[in-house]
Amino acid sequence: MEVGQMQRQWLDYTRSLFIEGFLDGQFLQLEQLQDDNNPDFVVEVVSLFFQDSHKLLNDLTIALDQKSVDFKKIDAHVHQLKGSSSSIGAQRVKNCCIAFRNFCEEQNTDACLKCLHQVKQECCLVKNKLETLFRLEQQIMAAGGSIPMMELSF
Amino acid sequence: MWFKAPESCNCIEPQWPADELLVKYQYISDFFIALAYFSIPLELIYFVKKSAVFPYRWVLVQFGAFIVLCGATHLINLWTFTIHTRTVAIVMTAAKVLTAVVSCITALMLVHIIPDLLSVKTRELFLKNKAAELDREMGLIRTQEETGRHVRMLTHEIRSTLDRHTILKTTLIELGRTLALEECALWMPTRTGLELQLAYTLRQQNPVGYTVPIHLPVINQVFSSNRAVKISPNCPVARLRPHTGKYMPGEVVAVRVPLLNLSNFQIYDWPEVSTRSYALMVLMLPSDSARQWHVHELELVEVVADQVAVALSHAAILEESMRARNMLMEQNVALDLARREAETAIHARNDFLAVMNHEMRTPMHAIIALSSLLQETELTAEQRLMVETILKSSNLLATLINDVLDLSRLEDGSLQLETTTFSLHSVFREVLSLIKPVASVKKLSLTLHLASDLPAYAVGDDKRLMQTILNVVGNAVKFSKEGSISISAIVAKPESFKDARIPEFHPVSSDNHFYLRVQVKDSGSGIHPQDIPKLFTKFAQSQAVTTKGPAGSGLGLAICRRFVNLMEGHIWIESEGIGKGCTVTFFVKLGIPDRSNESKLAFAPKVMGNHVTTNFGGLKVLVMDDNGVNRSVTKGLLLHLGCDVTAAGSSEECLRIISPEHRVVFMDVCTGLDGYELAIRIQEKFKKRQDRPLIVALTGNTNKVTKENCMRVGMDGLILKPVSVDKMRGVLSELLEHRVLFEAI
Repeated sequence: MEVGQMQRQWLDYTRSLFIEGFLDGQFLQLEQLQDDNNPDFVVEVVSLFFQDSHKLLNDLTIALDQKSVDFKKIDAHVHQLKGSSSSIGAQRVKNCCIAFRNFCEEQNTDACLKCLHQVKQECCLVKNKLETLFRLEQQIMAAGGSIPMMELSF
Repeated sequence: MWFKAPESCNCIEPQWPADELLVKYQYISDFFIALAYFSIPLELIYFVKKSAVFPYRWVLVQFGAFIVLCGATHLINLWTFTIHTRTVAIVMTAAKVLTAVVSCITALMLVHIIPDLLSVKTRELFLKNKAAELDREMGLIRTQEETGRHVRMLTHEIRSTLDRHTILKTTLIELGRTLALEECALWMPTRTGLELQLAYTLRQQNPVGYTVPIHLPVINQVFSSNRAVKISPNCPVARLRPHTGKYMPGEVVAVRVPLLNLSNFQIYDWPEVSTRSYALMVLMLPSDSARQWHVHELELVEVVADQVAVALSHAAILEESMRARNMLMEQNVALDLARREAETAIHARNDFLAVMNHEMRTPMHAIIALSSLLQETELTAEQRLMVETILKSSNLLATLINDVLDLSRLEDGSLQLETTTFSLHSVFREVLSLIKPVASVKKLSLTLHLASDLPAYAVGDDKRLMQTILNVVGNAVKFSKEGSISISAIVAKPESFKDARIPEFHPVSSDNHFYLRVQVKDSGSGIHPQDIPKLFTKFAQSQAVTTKGPAGSGLGLAICRRFVNLMEGHIWIESEGIGKGCTVTFFVKLGIPDRSNESKLAFAPKVMGNHVTTNFGGLKVLVMDDNGVNRSVTKGLLLHLGCDVTAAGSSEECLRIISPEHRVVFMDVCTGLDGYELAIRIQEKFKKRQDRPLIVALTGNTNKVTKENCMRVGMDGLILKPVSVDKMRGVLSELLEHRVLFEAI
């Protein structure tokens, strides 16, 4: 595949991610921060996010399994997750977290469990998507092209 | 002769010598008779020839014939003295017969014509009488015509001038001349209207100011009719000339002269009779002249009097209009002068202001510029504080200088507010920081209360708003010797307008605007309620006798009121009296900035000599966030902007790492109370404010409580996550310039 085609593919894919709501404007901000001093900034941050979220989700699962659920702690965790996800622009994860927090306030265990399940799913999804995206980018870079600037025009 | 001496004469023989004499005499007489008889017809013929008009020519011819024949008879008789022939006798007889015939005819004719001749004579007499009469009348007409001419000339003379005195003098002179008067005088009514004063005379050059009461019967008589009235020479008005002995004074005539006033003339009516005043003209014929006033002369006098009245009124009208015109011209000149003076004054004032402004600004600029430069150099903390205060004060002074110019522009109405988006909190904070030193010296406590629903950003003229607040607070501090001063700022709700003492103020809030209500209460010397209205007047001094405090005069409150008015607001002072403190409240209308503009405009740097720094040149910052992802993102952001970033994952770590070199600390306050405590701990660590870094909270919480808490613990700023590059750039710029930044929530 030639560079131009790959770049177009990358653009289409990125656009689809935004349209489907996986990512939002914050992700673009991250991309802006990537410069010559910080060439892998985005990848690093995203990786960090997934590590963090993995840990958090585990903690949440354990916490919700308890007989007496400590909603405060759960809230704290979810809050963390929400913060992280919004930092990198993982929109759907963030929205799930918001819903999760509401249920935490209501101290609705069942709903929380459902939310947890949903959050996990979303995390998986966005992780896959981003991995695909990064692979595409690597291919482009390997082929000698450059990542085109993404403009949010919708 | 008829004596025939025939043959039978037995008389004595005639004795020729005696008879001869008689005959001779007869002879001569006959001859002369014949001569006469012949010459008379010749004369008659001559007469007939000469007189063409004589109607009885035929009679004359008859006469002529008769006389000729008689003459002939006598002539022929000459021949009969001697013996004569028969022819002579025949001729003689013929002649006699003819003569008889003619003379009889003549006699008969004469009988006819004698009456005619007589009537001719009568007619002639009649015609002569007629001619005499006509002559007389002709004389009269001529006199009248001459009089008329005189009147016209008089009128012309009188009307040719519009000067009162000339009119009257001319009248008298001309009348005197026309009528050959001895004396002519004019009596004018005095101002009181109760007397007549001798105003003009013909002969005497300087009339003595005789006065005569106006209600004399003779005067009334004259005034009551418009005709010339003969008066007695002995009445007071006529006694004009010194009466010398036995002169028989001439007849005197007086006539009234109406003096018409301007007000007498209505448009449709002629002047009424009742309100008129009259002057009296007295004319005296020469004494001892046996002249009498003729009718035509009286008429002349009446006509002249009327003309004089008209001429006088014209003169009066003209005088009036001339006077009015002169007055107007004078007024025009005066007004023009006043206008020019006013213009000069305004120019002078403007020039003065411009020059003074320039003169005052030049050193001000020097101070500001050098202080700014000084600020950039290496300074100790104390020095930095001093320099900052100098800078702030100089800026304030520069603003005040601008305001002196502004006030004059305010009055002209040419001042316009500058509208920018600015931070309300920063305005109040600056005011506080400026006033705090003064207040602490006087040991006054200053409290600021900003309502929680107050927008962080507003659209308006922040410089002037700050000036207003500063002025009000400054006054509060100035006039309080002890106690406390509280400043509160809230968003005015419609209800709060009702209990304000301004019934005519009906502001309408809209989506784009809100009304800021600021109230400054002090517990100082208070103001007498009567003095309150004067406070807003420029330079007015309150007459409070009891307060020995500083005199309150100057431009301050006047300028405040004008600014407040320009911002469509209202300002008023309440005080319960001397010693009971006072409260100043004002509303101003400010705009609400658009949320979309916020991120761009809210951080737009102010014009005061600063520029946007895109690269913060190794600015040392500290990031505290226990969320790794967030920490990385924020760190990356700041690195991208060129800062020297240190990251801490916990409060303890933060406290350990923090140093005076760090200019800004970004801390996440999403996690409970850690952030707030950390802020307090940091502030404790650094005693002096200028040492410690600026503390800025990063939060995703769109919660007013959070904001209040941040402000309460003394944080310098609050930013909402997510933060974009541009936003962070702006934030840093703003922070470094203003040292405070609270984002609107």
